[in-house]
Amino acid sequence: MTAIACDHLSKTYKVPVRDPGLWNAAKSLFYRRTRDVEAVKDVCFEVAPGEVVGFLGPNGAGKTTTLKMLSGLLQPTDGHVEVLGLRPFRRQRDFLRHITLVMGNRNQLVWDIPVADSFERNRAIYRLERPAFTDTVDMLVELLDLSTLLSKPVRNLSLGERMKCEVAAALLHRPQILFLDEPTLGLDVTMQRRIRTFVAEYNRQSGATVLLTSHYMADVEALCERVVVIHHGQLLFDGQLAELVRRFSPHKTIVVELDTEDADLSSYGEVVSAEGSRFTMTVPKEQTASTTGRLLADLPVIDLTVEEPPIEDVIEQVFAQQLGGPGSSPDSNGD
Amino acid sequence: MKGLFGDIYRTLFKIELAVMFQYRAAVVIWLIGLVLQPVIYLVVWLTVAKAQDDGKVGDFDASSLAAYFLIMMVVNHVTFSWHMWEMGYRVRSGTFNALLVQPLHPFHRDIIQNMAYKLLTLAIVIPATALLWWFFEPTLSPEPWMWVAFGPAVVLAFLVRFFFEWSLALLAFWITDTSGLNNLYMALFFFLAGRIAPISLLPTWGQAIADVLPFKVMLAFPVELVMGRLSPDQMLTGFATQFLWIGLGWLTVHLVWSRASARYSAVGA
Repeated sequence: MTAIACDHLSKTYKVPVRDPGLWNAAKSLFYRRTRDVEAVKDVCFEVAPGEVVGFLGPNGAGKTTTLKMLSGLLQPTDGHVEVLGLRPFRRQRDFLRHITLVMGNRNQLVWDIPVADSFERNRAIYRLERPAFTDTVDMLVELLDLSTLLSKPVRNLSLGERMKCEVAAALLHRPQILFLDEPTLGLDVTMQRRIRTFVAEYNRQSGATVLLTSHYMADVEALCERVVVIHHGQLLFDGQLAELVRRFSPHKTIVVELDTEDADLSSYGEVVSAEGSRFTMTVPKEQTASTTGRLLADLPVIDLTVEEPPIEDVIEQVFAQQLGGPGSSPDSNGD
Repeated sequence: MKGLFGDIYRTLFKIELAVMFQYRAAVVIWLIGLVLQPVIYLVVWLTVAKAQDDGKVGDFDASSLAAYFLIMMVVNHVTFSWHMWEMGYRVRSGTFNALLVQPLHPFHRDIIQNMAYKLLTLAIVIPATALLWWFFEPTLSPEPWMWVAFGPAVVLAFLVRFFFEWSLALLAFWITDTSGLNNLYMALFFFLAGRIAPISLLPTWGQAIADVLPFKVMLAFPVELVMGRLSPDQMLTGFATQFLWIGLGWLTVHLVWSRASARYSAVGA
C-alpha cells in the first residue's frame, strides 16, 4: 500500500511566445505562437504511509507543479498519479477531505476576520463533528502556541503568526496526506524550528504522510530521512538523505583547533576559513583518514572533528553535476 | 445534502456576514450606485412622459414608470451577482487554488457570499425604496395571487442569473481578460432584461429577441408580474421559462466546470 504513487508523471505547459515591441504585439493579434514547456518530465516515485519525504530542487525545478498535480489542482499531461488510491485530479470529496496543501501563507485563512472564525469555516467545509473539531483545535493551539492569536483578525498577524495559523487551519480536518510547499519560508529561526517540531510531532501522533519542499535544509535534515531531488522537471535522486550526501559529496570537512594561530595548512587541504587558531578545511573523501593522521602527527592539535559537508553544499553539488553535462549525470536510482 | 445545506450554508453565511461588516463604507458606496442608477433612468423617463401629450410613454404613465423602476431596483438588487467580474482575477492570480483544494464546490461558496451580501444590504435597500416610493408616488394594483407569485419569481430570477453569469465567469479559464465579454453581456442585459426601459417600449424585433433570451426572466418578468401587467398564462410561461433556463444553466455549469478546471494552470501560490 502506498500513500502517494507517481508513475511517469509529466506536465507540459503551453506558453505564449511574443517578441518585444509594438509591431510584434500587433502581429500577435492575428498570429499567436506558443511553445511547450515541460515542467515535469517522466517522474516516478512512491511514498509509503507515514513517511516524511523531502522534495528538493532549485527554483523552477518542477516541485510545486508536482505538488499541484498531487493535490488535484493540475491535471497531468501524461503519466499516472494516485494519492490514497484515488486520482487527485478528480477532486472527489473523499480525496480532498484527507489531504491538505500548505502553499504560501494565504490559503486557509480569511483575511478580515479573527482566526477562530476561519477555523469555524473550515469545520463546516470539512463537515467535522464538533467534539472532534474542538479536540483538534485544543491540540493545535497547544502545540503551536496559538491561544493569544485566535481572536485576532488575520490581517493583524505577523508573517510567522499567520503561518502558524495557516498550518493549524490546514490540519483541522486531520489530513492523512500533507503537501507542504515551503512552510517555513520567510520565518525567523525560532519560528522555523517551531513549525518543524510541530510537523514532526503531528507525523508521529497521526501517522500522516508528509511531502515537504523547502529551501531551508535544516527543515529537511530535521524531518526527512528520505529525499527526492528533482531538477529541470526530471528526477535526479530518490533515496536516503545520508546516501545523497555520501554519493554527491566528494569532500569531507575537517575542523581543527591548534595551539597556535600561526600555521599554514594549505598543504593538507583547501582551507575554507581560519578564525584565530581554528581552521576549517575540505579534503577529498578518500584522503580524510590520511590527512587527519598527518595533522595529528605534524601539528599541535587541541581539537579535531571530521564532518559531512553542509547539506546545502551537497545539493548545490547535485545540481552542478547535472549542469556539467551528460557525462557527469549521476544515477537517479538512489536506492 | 442535509449537512451541505444546513451546517455549511449556515456557518459560511455567518462568516461572510462577518467579513462584510468589515467593509461597511464600501458596501454603502456600492448601494448608493445601485439606488442612483434606476432613479436616473426613472427621472429621464418621467421627463419623456411629461413631454408627451397624454403624459405616457407607450402604456406607462408617470406613476407606473415610477413603480416599474422602483420595483426593478429591488429585484435587480436581489438578483445581481458579481462573480463574473471576480473569476478572471481568481484564475490569473491563482487565488482559486485555495478554493479548489477544499471539499466544497466554489459555486456554493459564491452563492452563499451573494446571499449574505443581499441580506445585509436589504436593510438599507428597503428603507431607501420606501423613501423613493413616498417621493415618486407610484401606483400598482396587482391581484393577490400576483403578490404570492412575486416571491418565487424573484428567487427563480436570482437562480437564472446566478447560473448564467457563473457559466459566463468560467470563460475566464479560456480568455485571459474577460472584462470585455462581461461588458458586452451587461450591454445586452441592460436592454433585454428591461433595465434601461420596460421591454414593451423596445421595438418589436427587440421584444422578439428578449423573448428567446434569458435576460427577461432575470429581471423584467418579476417586475411586470407584481405590477399586474401579466395574465395567468403569461405568468406560467414566465415560470416555465425560468425553470428551463435554470436547468440549462445547471447543465452548463456542470459541463463547463470540469473542462474549465482541467485547463486551470494554478499559477501563483
